Parts: sequence; structure tokens; C-alpha cells
Amino acid sequence: MKTKVLAIDDSRTIRNLLAATLEEAGFEYVSAVDGREGVDMYEDVAPDVVITDINMPNLDGFGVIEELRGDGINSKVPILVLTTESAPEMKARARDAGATGWITKPFDDASLIFALKRVTGAAA
Amino acid sequence: MQSQAEVQHTDQEVKHAQFSEFVSFTVAGQAFCLQITQIREIRRWSPVTILPHAPSDVLGVMNLRGAVIPIYDLSARFGLEQTEASERNVVIVVASAGKPVGLLAESVSEIISINPEEIQETPSVDSRHTMEYIQGIISHEDTMVRIINLDAVIAVPEQVL
Amino acid sequence: MSGSIQDTFFEECEELLEATDEGLTAIEGGDHDPEVVNAVFRAVHSIKGGAGAFGLDELVAFAHRFETVFDEVRANRLDLDEKLIQLLLRSCDHLCDLVATARDGGETDQAHHDVLIEALDKYIPEEEEDLTFEPMGLGGAFEPASLDLPESDEPAGEETYNIRFHPLKDMYSTGNEPFFLFQALSELGQLEVTLDDTELPGFDGIDTSESYLAWNLTLVSSEPRAKIEAVFEFVEGLCELSIEGDGDAEADAKALAALEAAFGGAPEMPAPSNEPVQATAEPTEETSAAPFEPPAPAPESEVPSAAVEAKASSPKAETAKSEQRGPKPTLRVDLERVDRLINAVGELIINHSMLAQQIANLNVPDVRDVETELEGFKNLARDIQEGVMSIRAQPVKPLFQRMARIVREASSATGKTCKLVTDGENTEVDKTVIERLSDPLTHILRNAVDHGIEKPEDRQSAGKAKLGEIKLTASHRSGSVCIEIKDDGAGVNRSRVKQIAIDKGLIPENADLTDSEIDNLLFLPGFSTAKEISNLSGRGVGMDVVKNAVAGLGGRINISSTPGKGSTFTIILPLTLAVMDGMVVSVADQTMVVPITSIVETMRGSDDMINNLGADGTLLSIRGNFVPICDVASALGLRKEDNDQPPGVYLLVETETGQRSALAVDDIHDQRQVVIKSLDGVCGEIPGVAAATILGDGKIAMILDPESILAAAPSAAAFDTERRMSNAIAS
Repeated sequence: MKTKVLAIDDSRTIRNLLAATLEEAGFEYVSAVDGREGVDMYEDVAPDVVITDINMPNLDGFGVIEELRGDGINSKVPILVLTTESAPEMKARARDAGATGWITKPFDDASLIFALKRVTGAAA
Repeated sequence: MQSQAEVQHTDQEVKHAQFSEFVSFTVAGQAFCLQITQIREIRRWSPVTILPHAPSDVLGVMNLRGAVIPIYDLSARFGLEQTEASERNVVIVVASAGKPVGLLAESVSEIISINPEEIQETPSVDSRHTMEYIQGIISHEDTMVRIINLDAVIAVPEQVL
Repeated sequence: MSGSIQDTFFEECEELLEATDEGLTAIEGGDHDPEVVNAVFRAVHSIKGGAGAFGLDELVAFAHRFETVFDEVRANRLDLDEKLIQLLLRSCDHLCDLVATARDGGETDQAHHDVLIEALDKYIPEEEEDLTFEPMGLGGAFEPASLDLPESDEPAGEETYNIRFHPLKDMYSTGNEPFFLFQALSELGQLEVTLDDTELPGFDGIDTSESYLAWNLTLVSSEPRAKIEAVFEFVEGLCELSIEGDGDAEADAKALAALEAAFGGAPEMPAPSNEPVQATAEPTEETSAAPFEPPAPAPESEVPSAAVEAKASSPKAETAKSEQRGPKPTLRVDLERVDRLINAVGELIINHSMLAQQIANLNVPDVRDVETELEGFKNLARDIQEGVMSIRAQPVKPLFQRMARIVREASSATGKTCKLVTDGENTEVDKTVIERLSDPLTHILRNAVDHGIEKPEDRQSAGKAKLGEIKLTASHRSGSVCIEIKDDGAGVNRSRVKQIAIDKGLIPENADLTDSEIDNLLFLPGFSTAKEISNLSGRGVGMDVVKNAVAGLGGRINISSTPGKGSTFTIILPLTLAVMDGMVVSVADQTMVVPITSIVETMRGSDDMINNLGADGTLLSIRGNFVPICDVASALGLRKEDNDQPPGVYLLVETETGQRSALAVDDIHDQRQVVIKSLDGVCGEIPGVAAATILGDGKIAMILDPESILAAAPSAAAFDTERRMSNAIAS
């Protein structure tokens, strides 16, 4: 079974980059264009890990984490936030909301895979 | 579709690889020829649409499967008398740089094989117009056949005014 | 791979820049809605994110400043005053340039770049000013001080690390799993994992939300310490962690003691002999408490299934909404493919006409059934054509947005203040038309700023608002596209324009022109007032170039002007370049097509309507007005004898200068849509002929250009002057 990644990012460029890297590394890749779509898709997709951008229209990354971890979905799935925010408080806020870890843009293939490995154990 | 004679490649081409095949035809009673590979198709003449202000050797334009192609009167181009085109005449469709062009000729005669060594230079006695458009001559069954310099013939005049 | 992703990035940039510009324009218009501000922030942020991925440092650095300023606005720490808005607009323009440079190569204006950066930096608070954009590695808020170690330069030899890892209960709520961390660790070397459940209370005492388990790990690895620490990056602050290398045991023991003192943890180190387990091996029965199972997280409370379903159904309803909100799915297609399809559909329509004609020629008594089917065929073909054409159609919005920039630049170059107001941005026009409209629009707008809008002080003394306004509107008008450029400036200075035209010999000195005729002198070749006034709108070309560009698109342009109130340029364009509505006429035994857009009305003439004027001129009398007659056959050189029977049908056409003429043709057949076939490469330019088309019988027909027929017709030209002199006609 391939590890299934749900990537939520409003940037087509970032989605393409993620898709290229992840598919090449043998992950199954599903994407959503904003937080709302990502959350709505979540139960159908049933991913092994979620990667989400922070700044997005409709529902931002914090909202995604809160909804996934909230009572409604109550997901325990690892969530990696993907953001250019290097400000520590961004990460703190994400983690308070229940994020598992983070990937800082711009990312390289190795750091992306390493982050996924630490939260899913998936071998690249 | 109009009646149309697609030029057939014959076995001759294979048998005499060193020979080139030419299609001979008459224009104002004189024999001319073009290399078979230069010809896309030969169609029977049908009335064309006149281009206003066009020179006398540009007969007009014709619809070739949706493309607008110009038709030149070879006779007028060679400085001979203008052809009174009729259904007995043919339009030889050639292409230069991908653009098809139709050339009005009296009639198509036959396909002839020519050994390139047989081609003679044009003796410089002919009229200036003809000289410009003929790149050589050959003797075929005791007739002089003029090889047309296609590029010179279908070069679009700078400005049709 | 990255080539195509990079292409996507630049495509996306176009959209993001559009969104940025749109948002800024809304903000400029007074809309300071947080969502608008957010949208701009996100767009710039996305550009930065993508640019970072491709190492476009200059773009990243600029976008970052831009974004940071916007973040300040977003946090209400900055006031969006006029000055800042103008700076942001100019920054947006520069961002466009940087993207273009990154894509196409070339140089950006470094001085301009520096000026903007300096200006933006003034809005950025001190602590944010370290704008180096570096990935966040180790370090940050969650890092215990003791782990803040420099990049390791350890020897490559193997080292044994003793790691103690005791998750705090909060770790489990973040989705971090010890097992995965161990698995990642095991890839760095030989790992032994021992569970320490000594803290586990008796069964009765278990608090399900507490975390009792800890692990002692031994890792033999040649990897630097930083790499091992990186594995625990996500759980820093969420666990008690010590990493002790055998090389620095003493130093680390101190740190460990300090750490454990700080967290109040038990300093007791379990002996490594306690049942070592290979990290990657399945846990055996004997290793109690299943170390690789998620150890004692808060047990999931049973969620009633009804609640799950309720939740499950509500996002479904949301989905429909989010689809409306979100971008519509799109397909990117090579333009060439679309054009091939357009050509094929054009052929299909011609094919239909040919079929219809041939059936009519059959002289079969009853063809009603065939005709019904044929009608269906025609309707389908039209549907397909419309559908295919709509693929090429695009909203004029991006074009209009670029124009806002032109106005900004022109304003600042001329020291005038004016804004561009746009309307009808969603009007869709053929892609090629949009592309080819850019230059003429640019020219008209520069002209409007340069010559139309007055200086602020002049406006004030004229009782107008200091800020000039240019309105750019697009709309569909009966099968055509109408683009209007309306300024509220001074209007055409007619006496000056007329004088220039006289000075340049464009009109006779005693010419008696109507206001509209004077306005239209601007379009004459050789007329350009620009050079004397400034070099902005001039740039070596006059409005005649604009007129030609519009005519090249099959359109026409008009100007109307009111002194003191402003001028309006109106451009009327065909919806598409591939088909047009035409009037099929006969001229000297040839079938020809006249564009419907240029025909005002058609009429059959009787002898008493024709009046001779001078030797050659003839006038057609229409309801008391006289318009010059132009015989199309003569103009095209197709009338062999002068005493040919005079044609009996007239097409009343109006030229771009507003003059009316009657084109005389032999007969009018019908009105129909024709597929335009360019004559480029078929023959040189033919005066009077715009293009060709293929009619139902398979014959080619010339599409006429009334404007150039009139220009080419000697009698009409001669008459034109005569008419002006005599001023016989009310226009």
C-alpha cells in the first residue's frame, strides 16, 4: 500500500512541485486547492498524512488543522504545515492547533521526504 | 470534387533510379515540363475568382479544399499570348514553401524520364521573359521540352497593383 | 520535469499578479475590506512561495517585502493612505516586471527596484527588517536551550548515542508517533529500543490522558548529531529528550541533569540490558505494553455514529458552495489545436452551404425532408462554431489591468493626477483581438493623459475635480465588441488641431470642416501634435497608427469630443477574426462580400435619385441629403467600358471619419456569416479588398473594405474635396 498524501495548497506551482516529488518517491498524491476543499475531501480521501499550506482562501491552514482535529472529524492523522512563514509563532500556533510538524518553503525533495518519514514512517 | 488526375508514380522510378521523372505539358503550343515531385495535383480548369487590380498573368484565386490559392497563366507569364481558359485546359498545382499555387496550362502530355545528363543549358536566343523562367531544355522524341524554373515562376510579385 | 512546473509557475504568476492588481485597484477605490487585503497578501505570498522553489532570489526578496508590508496592513498596524496605496500599486507593477524578467530574461530597472525597496522598507517595522529568506531548520520556539547546538563537525567515525525519549502527553495530540521517529532514527544507524514503563502506575491509577511511557534508545551511527536531533525536530518541547554521545558523555551528562532537573523527571537511567528490541522488528509478546503501538494516548471516546453521519453530510453541502466559490476547473490547450478546430468548423459551414446549394440545383420537386435535416445540420454546425469560438474568447480584464498601469506611468511622467476606471472587464473577446488591442489602447490612454487630462491646477480653476478620470469600458453591442475610452479632460482643441492640419498641408487652408471632421483629423497620417508637447504619447507614432491597428482587426474607431468636458474614443470590433457577417453582392459579374458592420443601409436607386455634380461626380439623394456615389466596379478596376449599364443598388456606408458614401453594386443577394480567409501569401495587398471567403458554391469571393475602396476611388476622392469646398452636404 502506498502512503497517501493529501496536499492542500492554493498555489498550483506548489501543488505541482509536491506532486512531482511525492509521486516520484512512490507516494499516492491527492490535492485540494484550499482549506475548505481539503477538509471536505478528507473523509473521502482518507489520507495517511495531510500537508497543508497556511495562507489560503476560504479556510486557512490553522482552520484545516482545527477542523480535522476537532470533534467532528477527530482525526489523528499526521498533519504537516507547509509555509514560508519562518516566524516561530506561526509554528507554535500550528502546533497548538494540533499540527504534527512543518515543512518550510522553499523545500527540497529530501527535506520533504524526511518530514513525511518522521510522521508516517513511510520509506521513501 | 472536380475531376482530377493524381499523378501516379510508376515503376520506372525504381528501375531507373538515376533518371528523374518529369511531367510534360503544353503552354501556347510549346512543350514545357516540371519535375514530377514538384507537382501536387493536376485539375481541370474551372472559372476562378478575379483578383482586382491583378496583373494580366494572375488569373485569380481558386478554392483548393478550403485553401485560397492563386492561379497564374503560364502563357502570360512566359510573355506569350494570354490563354482564353476553358474546360479543356488544366491547372497544375505546385507548392513552394508549403504554399500551393495553380499554373494554367493548355494540356498535360505525358510523364517522361530524363537522365539529368541529357539536360542542356538554355541557348540564349529566347526572349527575356522565357529565359527568366526556363532552367534548361531537353530533347524528347524529337521535340524540344523546356524545363521550368519553378521558383522563378511562382515568386509572388512584390506588389500586385 | 521542473521545466513544465516552472511554466505552470509563470502561468500562475500571471493570475496572481492579476489578482494582486485587482485587489489593489479595489483598495485604491476605497474598498478596504479585510478579505480584499487578505487576497492580495495571499497572491503575493504565493508568488514568493513559488519563486522560492525556483531560486528566483530577486523576485523572492521583493515579494517578501511587499508581503511584509501587506501583513502590517492586514494586522491593522499600517494605515492604507493614498501614499502607501500608490507605492503598493507601483510595487505591483514592478513585481510584474520581475516576473517577466525571471521568465523571459533581461534586466530590470535596478534604480527603480532600489527606490521601491527603500520605500517599502520604511513601512516595515525594525524587528522584521531582517529579510533574509531562509528555510527554517532546527531552532525556533520549541527548542530547548540545551539542544541549541551548532552544526556538528564531528568525525566520520561511528559513535554511540544514548537517547532518552519521554513524550509529554501533548505530543500525542499533534499526531506524532514515537514508532515513526524510531523508524527514522533506525535509518541513521544501528538502533536498539528499550521501553521504560517503570512510571506506569498500577492499573487502577491510570489516568488515560497522561503519558507514562518512555524509551531508551541506543543508536550507533556515523551521522552527525544534528541529523539525529533533526529527527526529533517536530516533538521538541513536546517531550523530554536527551541525546548523549559517548564522545562528550561528560558534557552531556551535565546537560541531561540540568534538563531533567528542569522538567522534574526521574534521573534514573534504566540499564541498557533491559530486553533490547530492534526498532524495525515486530514487537514480541514478551515485550510488554506493545512499545510500537501508540502508547496510551487519550483513548478515543466512542463517537456516536449518528454524529459522524451528521458531520459527514454537512461537508457535502459545503462542497457545492465551495465549488461556486473556488476557481472553475480549467483545461489548458495548445492554441494551435483550437485554431485547427476553428478552421475545420469553418469548412463544415461552407460544406453545409455547398450541400444546400447542390440540393437546390437538383430540381427535385419535394426536398422538404432533406431541407429539414439540412437545417438541423446547419444549426449543429453553428453551435459547434459558437462553442469553438468561445474557447478563443477571453475576458478583457487582464488587458484592462495592464492599462491601469499605463495610466499610472503616464500620469507620473506628465505630472498629472488621474485614475483609470474600468467597466465591463468580463466582456469576452477573441484572444488575438485582445493581444492586438494592447498597443492601440496604450497609445490612446497615453494620449488621453497627455493631451486630454488637464494639469491639476487647470482642472481646479475650471471647477473640476483635481483628480482626472479616464473611463475604459468594454461591452457587447449587437454582435460587435465596443471599447470606449472616455476622459473628462479638456476635449479636442479644435482650432489648434485644424491649424496643425493646415500647416502640415493635410487640408486646404480654406477648408470648412464640421467639429466631428476636425476631431477626426487626429487620425490622419502625418498628423501628430505630440512632438511639440511632450514625447510621451508621441513616441514617433500618431493616431493614424491606432486607426490602422483597429482597422487591421476589422474594426473601426471614432472620436467625439466636447470642449471642456472631455473626449471619447469608441472602438468597434468584430467578435472574432475568423467569421463575420457580410452582405453578398454582385459587382461586374463577380460575387463579393461587404462587411455588415460598415453598412448603414441598402437601397435600390431610381434615376431621379441620382444627381450629377461636375464632370465625374454623382450624388445620391437620400431623404433630402446628398451623398457621393462610388462605383465599386470602377474602383476595383473591373468595369471595362465607361458606358456600362449603371448599377442599380446602393450600399450606404459610413467611413471612420463619419462621412457617408453610397457604394454602387450590381445586385444584393443575401446576408450571411462568412468564414474569413486571409489573402496573405496568396497575393500582395489589393486596394479595396480586405480578405476572401468561400461561398456555398465553393467559389471564392472577395471581402471588400469600403474604407479603402473609397480612398482608392478617384472620383470619390476628387468629389470629397469638392464637397468640402461647397459644403453642400449636411453630415
